[in-house]
Amino acid sequence: MPGMEGTELRIIGFLCNWCSYGGADTAGVSRFKQPTDLRIIRVPCSGRVDPLLVVKAFMEGADGVLVSGCHPRDCHYSEGNFYARRRLEVLKRFLPFMGIEPGRFEYTWVSASEGARWQKVVTDFTDQVHALGPRRNFGEGNGGGDIR
Amino acid sequence: MAILDKLKDGVQRELEGLEFVIGWEQGYDPLHASPLFIRTPGDIDRLIWNPLCVHNLASYLPSLKGRRVGILLKGCDSRSVIQLLQEGLIKREEIVIFGIPCRGVVDLSKIKSRIDTSQMRAVSLMDDAVVIEIPQGREEIPLDDVLATKCLSCQYPTPLIYDHLAGEVLPPQRPTEVLYKEVEVIEELDVQDRLAHWERELDRCIRCYACRNACPLCVCQDYCAAESRNPRWLSQRAGVSEKVMWHIMHALHLAGRCTDCGECERACPMDIPIQRIRRKINKEIKELFGYEAGVNPEDTPPLYTFKVEEPTIQEREW
Repeated sequence: MPGMEGTELRIIGFLCNWCSYGGADTAGVSRFKQPTDLRIIRVPCSGRVDPLLVVKAFMEGADGVLVSGCHPRDCHYSEGNFYARRRLEVLKRFLPFMGIEPGRFEYTWVSASEGARWQKVVTDFTDQVHALGPRRNFGEGNGGGDIR
Repeated sequence: MAILDKLKDGVQRELEGLEFVIGWEQGYDPLHASPLFIRTPGDIDRLIWNPLCVHNLASYLPSLKGRRVGILLKGCDSRSVIQLLQEGLIKREEIVIFGIPCRGVVDLSKIKSRIDTSQMRAVSLMDDAVVIEIPQGREEIPLDDVLATKCLSCQYPTPLIYDHLAGEVLPPQRPTEVLYKEVEVIEELDVQDRLAHWERELDRCIRCYACRNACPLCVCQDYCAAESRNPRWLSQRAGVSEKVMWHIMHALHLAGRCTDCGECERACPMDIPIQRIRRKINKEIKELFGYEAGVNPEDTPPLYTFKVEEPTIQEREW
């Protein structure tokens, strides 16, 4: 799945239906300028985001993955994002151990009214992934040194 | 009375009320033990206990739910049982536990990397050494050199849960600092080298799922996500990314549950150091939630619960 242009990277966004997807919509309706690298997948709740979905996205060649849900205490399902926060924090600390740069995965909270915040999140995250460049996936080309 | 005699005595007394008792017997060669199912008093003589009894027998328990069985457990194995109890996968009243204070078990791959055991004639075990007789002579290896890595940082030599304890309670004798040493070696590499390291190690994986089958906490059996066709988490592609996906899947499904028993790595036919992937997650779980799996049956695994305010999680400000 090549990018639209040579400079575009593959960034996947898992957005909860009730807040962040609405926030992205608000940003769109308000005509805020946003980078176009992000491909959004709408999920019912950030609690739906199995950390393996993020891993799978990386294994299929994503350069960055963003998960965004309702702010804590504002979850449409009361507590989905509380569980998500714990899981995603463990995932965030774990991915670099396997060789995926820390900056390639982020999770955050954006409410449906925060169009401006969404614009900032998506812009900053895209810049961050662009600074890292395209990701070398497992099995692509030859790697560096080893501990032996 | 020696530990083995106490065990035999205890099994003898309890056997009548139980379907069977799971222990170890001498395996197919002098270096291997294998699991033993004691069904009749006559089987009790085959029971052994020594540092070759490496298997975590708790792996059998989830599939035996509903049947009354006895089981021999080392300290580390008892943590698996506690974790299974915590998750309601087994019932305490259905099992009789014979606890063994343990000074450590060997890692057979460490022995095999030192000497060629294909022609060995006999193995004898002393308090602090393993003596192997091979055609070239007698090889004496200090026990500490070939103990499993988990034993070198063991904090629970005595089972945390038991009905009968064979011997005296053994206080922890190993340093805690070395627990995450292997993890730290990888953390010190830069990210690209870590990727290359795992690429090299995990590329050996043949996806036989021995790590899953040996894992006492992999209880989904035929419903394992790795074999699900919808959603299709893993494909039949032979590339290393599928292998990495599998190992991350296994590790993440054990997040907050893994008791570091090391069965995954022991069972691996390709000697892939996969236990350190779980150790890394254990390390983070401990740091984030101050939690260690398989210590208290009343605990809730940290990812099955939450706090409204998480004092240890620093979320990113945009």
